[in-house]
Amino acid sequence: MAFYVVQFLTGLASAASLFLVASGLSIIFGVTRIVNFAHGAFYMIGAYVAFTLTERLSGAFGFWGSIVLAALAVALIGVIVEMVLLRRIYHAPELFQLLATFGLTLMVEDLVVLIWGPDDLVGRRAPGFKGAIDFFGQNIPSYDLFLIVLGPVVLGILWLLFQRTRWGVLVRAATQDRDMVAALGVNQKWLFTSVFAVGVFLAALGGALQIPRDAVHHAMDLRIIVEVFVVVVIGGLGSIVGAFVAAVLVSELNAFGILIFPKISIILVFLVMAVVLIVRPWGLFGKPEAAARKTPGLTVNPWRPLTSNERLASLAALAIAATLPLFAGNYALTVGSEIAIFVIFAVSLHFLMSVGGLASFGHAAYFGLGAYGIAFLAKMAGLPMIVCLLLGPLLGCLGAAVFGFFAVQLSGVYFAMLTLAFAQIVWSIAFQWVNVTGGDNGILGLWPSSWAASPSHFYWLALGVAALVTIALRAMVFSPFGYALRATRDSVLRSEAIGINAKRIQWTAFVIAGTTAGIGGALFAYLKGSVFPDNLGISLSVDALVMVLLGGVETVSGAVIGAIVYKALNIWLVSQTDLSKLVLGGFIMLIVVVFPKGIVGMLEMLAQRRRKSSPPGSPLLAKPIESAE
Amino acid sequence: MKLTVQDLNSHYGPAHILFDIGFEVGEGEVVALLGRNGAGKSTTFRSIVGLVAQRSGRIMFEGKDVSAKPTHEIVREGLGYVPEERRIFTDLTVEENLEVGRQPKRPNAPHWTREKLFALFPNLGEMKNRPGGRMSGGEQQMLTIARTLMGNPSLVLLDEPSEGLSPKIVEQMVDAILTMKKEGVSIVVSEQNLHFARLISDRAYIIERGRICFGGTMAELDARPDIRDAHLSL
Repeated sequence: MAFYVVQFLTGLASAASLFLVASGLSIIFGVTRIVNFAHGAFYMIGAYVAFTLTERLSGAFGFWGSIVLAALAVALIGVIVEMVLLRRIYHAPELFQLLATFGLTLMVEDLVVLIWGPDDLVGRRAPGFKGAIDFFGQNIPSYDLFLIVLGPVVLGILWLLFQRTRWGVLVRAATQDRDMVAALGVNQKWLFTSVFAVGVFLAALGGALQIPRDAVHHAMDLRIIVEVFVVVVIGGLGSIVGAFVAAVLVSELNAFGILIFPKISIILVFLVMAVVLIVRPWGLFGKPEAAARKTPGLTVNPWRPLTSNERLASLAALAIAATLPLFAGNYALTVGSEIAIFVIFAVSLHFLMSVGGLASFGHAAYFGLGAYGIAFLAKMAGLPMIVCLLLGPLLGCLGAAVFGFFAVQLSGVYFAMLTLAFAQIVWSIAFQWVNVTGGDNGILGLWPSSWAASPSHFYWLALGVAALVTIALRAMVFSPFGYALRATRDSVLRSEAIGINAKRIQWTAFVIAGTTAGIGGALFAYLKGSVFPDNLGISLSVDALVMVLLGGVETVSGAVIGAIVYKALNIWLVSQTDLSKLVLGGFIMLIVVVFPKGIVGMLEMLAQRRRKSSPPGSPLLAKPIESAE
Repeated sequence: MKLTVQDLNSHYGPAHILFDIGFEVGEGEVVALLGRNGAGKSTTFRSIVGLVAQRSGRIMFEGKDVSAKPTHEIVREGLGYVPEERRIFTDLTVEENLEVGRQPKRPNAPHWTREKLFALFPNLGEMKNRPGGRMSGGEQQMLTIARTLMGNPSLVLLDEPSEGLSPKIVEQMVDAILTMKKEGVSIVVSEQNLHFARLISDRAYIIERGRICFGGTMAELDARPDIRDAHLSL
């Protein structure tokens, strides 16, 4: 019995930091409507800075002073980030905001290693809380008791701050209607900056307080951010009480999950989240969102099928690509195959995201499922490659059918988070179910049959499939189904009013996109000869998002260009520098801020501008149109 | 002149909404902006306070050009705005709603306190701690005006204050607006309801399809039944 009590208290102690970080994320989201992916990064910097300060400053005041000082310093960094980066993207679609803050996270991961080195750092223990308390033969660290008390204290302080101060009233008002707050004479800019500073302070404090409990390392950001996403989604985005209750719930699920189901401890939390989202899509303490904001921005130029000239040009480009094996070596061909596979992956996400308006943050799940499908069929059933290629993607299809059914019940940020959570479930299964999936070691030795074994043959296969998939999806965009899907994207209400079953259309699109991603994953498994949990990981999902974004969300063909440019750049970068995350993160932020319409979108804009300026007609007539853009 | 609007043009995306709008408001005057649904009354107000991003033209307030300023700075100059949709903060209590609107005293404008506003709108005084979401339409309309007055404006843009209110509440609204005028607040009020406008206004402008097509005193408007019938009646 005593053991369970201690386990319960450990869970409560872990909840403290989680609550601090989650409440910060929630407060920031409430006012700025930005889901700050970089929140985990601020948590991590908080821990590193606190580590350095506690090493330098001695004594009891030194330790506690260092903790507070670290949080303040990181809050200052947060202010700079808000002023330089976020202020430029407050009116961008939420997907762009998530990506920009993810780019920041990538940069921080490399910077932290540059400054503090790659090794785990073990921090000092808190003065006055070094010992443990005996509880019926079980030890409870006294620092844990301190954290257990701290959680409710912080909750109380935040409550007073929001209920009893003018700043708090303004923040709550802005959470509901920020334009109206401005129309009453409040400077939104500084309100946003101060809210961001408070949120980052809480995250950094959460990180700093962890150093007596846990080693500081450079991967702690992703681990906490996924947990924090779960907490705010269960508790309800924007609710501090919700963040507290959910932080306790998640920590206890973790503490007891490990005892009861050691194999699926991670999944347990995600299952609870999925259930909560389906029963109460806005979380336990959240409020139903008004209308979710449109994800793909405003499509001003209606899409049209390619003209015959453009068709010829695309065919010519494909033909040129097909000649690669005539002059390139094996390495270039492998790279070419990988790029072709990622074109398939990006095109499938583009279909879901741009055509369907459903920005998935876990699309890699279906890519990876396709890959594992191959692994199961080839290794366990011993089927030939051609059969595997036909059947393997069905695992992606199945996953998309199950998860998609739940995911399309939601929209906007919640859709993004739920897809992320589902992808993490799949990842956890692949990672933990060692008997079947090989866990971290993956499944090795998947080689193509002899007809596709040579690099040039495999390249042609990948290129051919990529071309077929792209053509098929494009044809679908301009089919009645595509029209219906775009109608649901532009307005669910209006499309339902003319008799379109929006949920079913979106679900179908989800399954199509998932299956297509599975085809990409299947080819990828054969290209690499192996399958790993990373093939379904977050970073691969984000890669796909960046490819679509880079090409241009609002274009039909952007995904192809985006995939080619991004993958080529990525492969080149990794070969050139150890700081690839730093460069990549900066690059992502640059696209979001400077080229929000992507490469193809930018080319289209340039072409349009040329067309407009070419006829020497009356400039007065053209002017109102120009200013309308 | 308190407020002078010249050549105001506004767009929503590719749609051109306002065409060369121009009008004036004198010190302490109540001016009505009349027009049908969709004529451009609300867009005119939203453009003046900078809530429409794509706009051009000159907006002179108390002799200063405010057209390039962000919304909150325009409002802090003493130009209050009461939106048509009321936009009460539903989670905040009456007192907290007022707190959001509070701004420092201004030398050339009447100073409003909670007590003064509760005297002007007695209903509000009885529900200080009620959340805005649990108030009737008429109470919300009073709250949204009171909230703007907390900023001590010298001019208020009132967007359709009588819309959707019962005759009894409309009467109270007329009294409140006349009190505001007596205190020295200049007012621009947009209306579809000519009778309501007649009770409170000194002068009127008529807006139709984004253009001003009449401007004059209420007496001049009454002398032109043709204009009234063409642009206002159903």
